[in-house]
Amino acid sequence: MTELSLDGRDGSELISFRIGEQEFCVDIMAVREIRGWTPATPVPHSPRFVRGVINLRGAVLPVVDLADRLGLGTAVETARHVIIVVQIGSKVVGLLVDAVCDILSTADHVVQKTPDLAGDQMQSFVKGLIALEGRMISLIDLGLVLDAHQAEAA
Amino acid sequence: MDPMDAIRTTFFIECDELLAQLEEGLMAMEQGSADAETINSVFRAVHSVKGGGGAFGLDPLVRFSHVFETLLDQIRSSQVEPTEAVVATLLRAADMLADHVAAARDGGVADEARSEQIAAAIMSHTIGGAAAAEYEAQPDEIEGLDFKPQMISLDLPAAESSADVDISALLAGVGVAPDVEAAAGADGETPDWIVSFAPHATLYAKANDSALVLRELSSLGDAVITVNDEALPTLDEMDPAGSYLGWTVRLPGTVHEEDIREAFAFVDEDCDLEITRDGPASVGPDIAALLLAATEPPAAAPAAVAPEAADAPEAPADLLASLLAAAPPEPVAAVEPEPAKVVSIMDLAPPVEALTQAAPSAPSASSAAAQSQAAAQASAAPPPPQTIRVDLDRVDRLINLVGELVINQAMLAQRVMESGAGKATDVNLALTDLELLTRGIQDSVMAIRAQPVKSVFQRMPRLVREVGEATHKRVRLVTEGEGTEVDKTVVEKLSDPITHMIRNAIDHGLETPAEREAAGKPAEGTVRLTAAHRSGRIVIEVSDDGRGVDRARVKAKAIEKGLIAPEAQMTDEEIDNLIFAPGFSTAATVSDISGRGVGMDVVKRSVQALGGRITIVSTPGQGSRFSLSLPLTLAVLDGMVVTVGDQTLVAPLTTIIESLKPRQGDVRPLGPNNFVLKIRDAFVPLVDTGAALGFGKSKFDPTEGVALLVESEVAGQVALMVDHIQGQRQVVIKSLETNYKPTDGVAAATILGDGRVALILDIDGLVTAHRKAPQRVETLALTG
Repeated sequence: MTELSLDGRDGSELISFRIGEQEFCVDIMAVREIRGWTPATPVPHSPRFVRGVINLRGAVLPVVDLADRLGLGTAVETARHVIIVVQIGSKVVGLLVDAVCDILSTADHVVQKTPDLAGDQMQSFVKGLIALEGRMISLIDLGLVLDAHQAEAA
Repeated sequence: MDPMDAIRTTFFIECDELLAQLEEGLMAMEQGSADAETINSVFRAVHSVKGGGGAFGLDPLVRFSHVFETLLDQIRSSQVEPTEAVVATLLRAADMLADHVAAARDGGVADEARSEQIAAAIMSHTIGGAAAAEYEAQPDEIEGLDFKPQMISLDLPAAESSADVDISALLAGVGVAPDVEAAAGADGETPDWIVSFAPHATLYAKANDSALVLRELSSLGDAVITVNDEALPTLDEMDPAGSYLGWTVRLPGTVHEEDIREAFAFVDEDCDLEITRDGPASVGPDIAALLLAATEPPAAAPAAVAPEAADAPEAPADLLASLLAAAPPEPVAAVEPEPAKVVSIMDLAPPVEALTQAAPSAPSASSAAAQSQAAAQASAAPPPPQTIRVDLDRVDRLINLVGELVINQAMLAQRVMESGAGKATDVNLALTDLELLTRGIQDSVMAIRAQPVKSVFQRMPRLVREVGEATHKRVRLVTEGEGTEVDKTVVEKLSDPITHMIRNAIDHGLETPAEREAAGKPAEGTVRLTAAHRSGRIVIEVSDDGRGVDRARVKAKAIEKGLIAPEAQMTDEEIDNLIFAPGFSTAATVSDISGRGVGMDVVKRSVQALGGRITIVSTPGQGSRFSLSLPLTLAVLDGMVVTVGDQTLVAPLTTIIESLKPRQGDVRPLGPNNFVLKIRDAFVPLVDTGAALGFGKSKFDPTEGVALLVESEVAGQVALMVDHIQGQRQVVIKSLETNYKPTDGVAAATILGDGRVALILDIDGLVTAHRKAPQRVETLALTG
């Protein structure tokens, strides 16, 4: 089984972004907006990868440092960093990434199963891999980003 | 939610409104300020509850409201004088009805014994002594029978289709009528029912139909139906949508009155309805003669009717009225009874000639009276303000959006300032307009959620009655300012503290009637409940004219409970405020009403949790006054903006007692990781806010910061160390849990003028966190 369907919807679109040297993507339907970095207010007793909370037009939403979450080291944010605002279940969460790259369609690309790399923190959040023009793009499982951090925080 | 549930929900919402209307009307009656319309509205309220209850098969509710309604109906028709005792019973009945509604809503059962007892009390005031037989023949109503009748015998089973006239049943109906009449004459115990029914135009406007009602009546027993067309105007005066016909229905005495009422369940607000027993004396010779005359040619009359009946389409009475208008009515001249024409209800419509043959008779006294009453009713009722029901979610969404608009507008203004645009530039002038508009929108939107405190105040008279009864005290409740508006969430939270304060006032404040008289006061105590807006807050006051706080006893009790030192010197005010101390209860015996050791301290806590304050002013011998001050909305909070490390935090102002700058000698270590702060002669635990929040701090130097002395629920007074105080500000509360999760020590978040998020401290959470791990220096990435 090398193919992985995305919620059974073929041809769904993905938004790809960069963290360090690696590329990742999420389902575009989950993305609410993309905005520039604004300083976050730290929240007490929260896991390290939760950078804090920001004001998104009156709503208070947490910002997750995706680099830290994926075990790629803590991001040193600059004005060029972006926050991808995604809807996960009933919650709206910001993902701090280095830069947004592209929009892809799963119709044109085959999503492959993540190779088994036991113990790697990355694997629990990567749903599959996409090969594109010699690059490799990892598909992030958003549900786990939030669920896992709550389990870990508990 | 299935449709039936939705209807049920609506029914119960309406019940609440009706019960409130009922209570209000009864209070007016109690104060003697009730007019006919008040009594009518009270009757209608009970009746509507009963009607809805019947539709949902809520039998206990219907049974009780029926008895209740019966008495109200007699008061309405001036048969029963609403004396003080009667009104008192009505008030108790209203409470019971509310219990029945609540029981029906929650799927439980109301206190049947109490219900029976109150029902019995109601019946004792009802003419006739028992609801089942209360309708005695009223001499002045006998005139109601004095119609110039055009007899319509009706004996159609309700299920039959409208055009399908059963001639044999018709015959049977005609044939039986005299027998019933004879039986009624011979046997006075079950006299016939005389139902006089005159629909208003509104009945037809609501798509009801008199024919259906009449058919329903005829299904109850052998009905003799007479039409009253004396109100028919001439053609040129006739309103095509008007209603000019009435009917008198004679039903056998064996029919249950409830069943008769049932037939009018949906229409009786839109008609004049009288149901009376036909006493032996009232059996008019005319009617008897008529009935006999009608039956004498048993073959001829039905035969004449039959073809018409068979073809007759069902027609609403107003159509009939307009058809009648086609022919000029006969002059009102006939004095002698006309020979009755026996027709089926079905052929009312087409044969205009046939109907107009019968001369209209003189209007009966009772129906004329009923009509004038109806006219008075129509003119007295003010048009209700138009309202719509809106989902609270929608309103909240709008309020959120407006909140964002306000913040955005403030940020925009700040940006423009920073860009160096002058105050008089077009941009700034436009911004000023925008600010005014935004404020206007915000105020209007908040006004949508604003509700009068009336809904809470209305529950209090009942409480006062019950507590008064339980404590054997006579209490009068005076309410003021019940139209004062406050945010819906605040209204909901007001109920508990007010309930507690009123109970307290009656139980502890007021003296017994004997004591009051001995003190030269009226035996009846007064409890005042007032609401008013004062400087952006709502102030609720509960005052009584009782004995006031017994300071000697309060002090003794506080010493006994170890709340204060025996030698403590206290001002009167301080002693009065002891009643808010946790675990303080002055009642010598723990009563059901107040006490149980959860006294005013619970009230104070819950009020503080809402961002409110509570105070007491007491004068011995003259009474006490509790003042409760609450914010108008729970969406904003008065906060002290402070700095801890590089973070800006907000502490709720209501929890802060004072702020001070500790001196070197005032801070003493206690154990390895704790410090206490000496404030005057007391030592209070010192909490390093930064450490308790896990922000971490390399050094702890209390003399460099500011201590906020706060009142916490878990540990009494605590001093919170912060770096600076920025000032006081009203902040909008934003939930942290919507998108994140509950966090220890943080109650919520807010957005400051610069668009950054600031956290609002949860004092109790903070103290708890500090207690669990005082030395905890958990590092958090503070690189933001």
